[in-house]
Amino acid sequence: MTSARLQPSDGRDAPVVEMSAITVEFPGVKALQAVDLRLFPGEVHALMGENGAGKSTLIKALTGVYAYDTGTVTVAGEQREFSSPADAQAAGISTVYQEVNLCANLSVTENITLGREPRRLGRIDRRAARERARAVLARLNLRIDPDSTLATHPIAVQQLVAIARAVDTDARVLVLDEPTSSLDADEVAELFRVVRALRDEGVAILFVSHFLDQVYEISDRMTVLRNGQLVGEHRTVDLPRLQLIQEMIGRELTTLEDLERAATRQVPPGAVPRLSARGVGRAGALAPVDVDVHAGQVVGLAGLLGSGRTELTRLLFGADRISTGDLHVDGRPVRFRTPRSAIARRIGFSSEDRKGEGVVGDLTVRDNLLLAMQARRGWLRPIPRRTGDELVQRYIRALDIRPADPQALLRNLSGGNQQKVLLARWLLTEPRLLLLDEPTRGIDIGAKAQIQQLVAELAGEGMSVVFVSAELEEVVRICDRVVVLRDRHKIAELDGADTSVDDVVDLIARGGRS
Amino acid sequence: MTVSDTRPASEGAGSTAPAPPPAWQTWLRASTTGSRTFSVLVTAVLLVVLFGAGSVRYENFGTPQVVLNLFVDNAHLIVLAVGMTFVILTGGIDLSAGAVVALSTVMAARMLEAGWSAPLTVLAVLATGALLGWAMGAAVHHLQLQPFIVTLAGMFLARGLCFVISVPSIPIRDPAFTSLATNFVELPGGTFLTYSVFIALTVLIAAMWVLHRTRFGRTVYAVGGNENSAALMGLAVSRTKVGVYVISGTCSALAGLLFSLYMLSGYSLHGIGMELDAIAAVVIGGTLLTGGAGYVFGSLLGVLVLGTIQALISFDGGLSSWWTRITIGVLLLAFVVVQRLSTRSAGSSG
Repeated sequence: MTSARLQPSDGRDAPVVEMSAITVEFPGVKALQAVDLRLFPGEVHALMGENGAGKSTLIKALTGVYAYDTGTVTVAGEQREFSSPADAQAAGISTVYQEVNLCANLSVTENITLGREPRRLGRIDRRAARERARAVLARLNLRIDPDSTLATHPIAVQQLVAIARAVDTDARVLVLDEPTSSLDADEVAELFRVVRALRDEGVAILFVSHFLDQVYEISDRMTVLRNGQLVGEHRTVDLPRLQLIQEMIGRELTTLEDLERAATRQVPPGAVPRLSARGVGRAGALAPVDVDVHAGQVVGLAGLLGSGRTELTRLLFGADRISTGDLHVDGRPVRFRTPRSAIARRIGFSSEDRKGEGVVGDLTVRDNLLLAMQARRGWLRPIPRRTGDELVQRYIRALDIRPADPQALLRNLSGGNQQKVLLARWLLTEPRLLLLDEPTRGIDIGAKAQIQQLVAELAGEGMSVVFVSAELEEVVRICDRVVVLRDRHKIAELDGADTSVDDVVDLIARGGRS
Repeated sequence: MTVSDTRPASEGAGSTAPAPPPAWQTWLRASTTGSRTFSVLVTAVLLVVLFGAGSVRYENFGTPQVVLNLFVDNAHLIVLAVGMTFVILTGGIDLSAGAVVALSTVMAARMLEAGWSAPLTVLAVLATGALLGWAMGAAVHHLQLQPFIVTLAGMFLARGLCFVISVPSIPIRDPAFTSLATNFVELPGGTFLTYSVFIALTVLIAAMWVLHRTRFGRTVYAVGGNENSAALMGLAVSRTKVGVYVISGTCSALAGLLFSLYMLSGYSLHGIGMELDAIAAVVIGGTLLTGGAGYVFGSLLGVLVLGTIQALISFDGGLSSWWTRITIGVLLLAFVVVQRLSTRSAGSSG
């Protein structure tokens, strides 16, 4: 695919940022190869690509977090090389990262002005600082109390405060890296209002998101990357969705359609569920819930953020203590005090917090894969080297983990590939029940389809799966049963085969039993 | 994670929710500033209760001079706790503080004995403390080592140096030192304070000013809140992290000087375990060991609580002085549990 060179919609300005032929290499991984990116003032530019395509690397090369090996960065006609985020900020390039990078223990005012507070005789002029925070919040039309502690606000508001901080420096370029991944629809609308206001002031905005709807709603142009290479630069109106997806994943979208469900697996009457929860709850976290998971069944947990999805999976795994109710495995009562006892019953759990509770970034792919299996065998019985190598090779191939190098450090892998490693780690222990909390969050379409496919295959082989996802479409597509949660209560349980996304949305919205 | 779908749909995402019923209560329990203020209040109440109990139980306990003696006897600990608060606010710890106190007393006594002038001695001791602090801070930040291990090494180093300088205790006979130590500031009502107390309170006020009114101070809180964010916000993280250890080292050296005034001797075995008293005072004063939240004023209250317990036990006369330790242990545990509970209720829920 060739790079189509386009002028911005009205062709009035020169680009404020021009990156050309940027190459970044990490040990063993060529993250970017000769990539170009142009940002024009007064324009929202979307940076598109699968996980591992090099979006984050490109942003970090622009904002001075990473050094690039070759290529040039020109800002407002001047060639620059930033050595730190502070450097880039001084040149008018501010970044708001996916995880809000502010200090939640400080006030909103401080988070906006810290490091450049107005000072008088060496001391901070608090009144002037508050006025400045008030002014920038007003400029973005946000009603946030500047004296409140940041931690008291929901994540969406914190994100807006991060943007306020970014534009307080007279930013000419604002980079938004996955700003919407934890926001609900109203919050996204508010964020977009602010983004548009800044665009109209002439700020160039670089927007990264996995949500295609949002990209099409907000962006004027887009640059598509794949495997560290530039695929194309397009005006959003000229690029139909299907073509964008094809450019991003470089293959026809057959996998997704193939997944059109096989007939729902019927549970024979009288079968004993593999895992059965009766009135399982935890004070303050989840009201008592009944759930049955049979052999070869995929049970989905649907609900909004904070509905109790994660809480329920953690209770089923013993990661949190159950305060009411009983668990039965194969009809026998069990009591999980710690995850160890759940693992001993061959239950696996992949956490939604991939970085914090899942993979170990400083170990290699091989070590990460063999971790749970080794733990299961006990530390006194090391896995023979050759068996280990064979298993690792087999799973790297089976799950299409890239790069296919067992010695690569895990932190150098993209999110989707890290997730696959995490899955493979549990599969190595041959679990009979797998609890997957948001296994597809923040990963690209291709990897998502592969993971969905894998879940379907595993269930076909008789494994039981509990599948949690914020994307209802996904839950409805791959699950045999769908448990709907709302405000920490189970409000319904539906048969996956004759349920549509609308049914679930309707249930959650009404909050009642159908 | 915050539950984001429960707010009324008519509200814009950028608006704060209109003040829910008792606003001050929400503030106290839910906000970090609030819960910290709450901790300090709890400590203040505890102090008053302890003191009140003592006044009821023992004759002559509830007199102004007993209150003032809390300051007189603990001036060095106040300074030590102030330095420790800086380090703990960044999420670090300084285990070398007690050993640096001993080193300072020995250095001061030895130098004065050798005929150095008092001002020069003071300067040399403070500079040594600052230098030790700087070395430890640099190791913590630039080599990315655990503060615990670095300052443990610093503790052994400082304590070892004491013995290199002198094994037996050295008396201090310098006129400037002795006059500072033995002269009192008379206060109305026949009460008095030592000069050390004024030095300690000056340090305390300076620390409050630095922490709340300077960019350095706010960066200390930011680093303790989230070091990674602070770096991405373009703040001077390295200068701040090294800086807090320099401050703690200097405070330890100053505490050592005040302690040498109190004891009028320099001795290698002074101040054993004093760093732990300082840490206890800081924690009882409501500062989070994970960093990012707390006040030096709380640390002052913490020192006074420890002092009051000591006074209570000495007034009783019949109790072994080890009861002080036991009580402090129990209190410390209680405070950490309270902190845990309060951060849990304020923290994540999703």
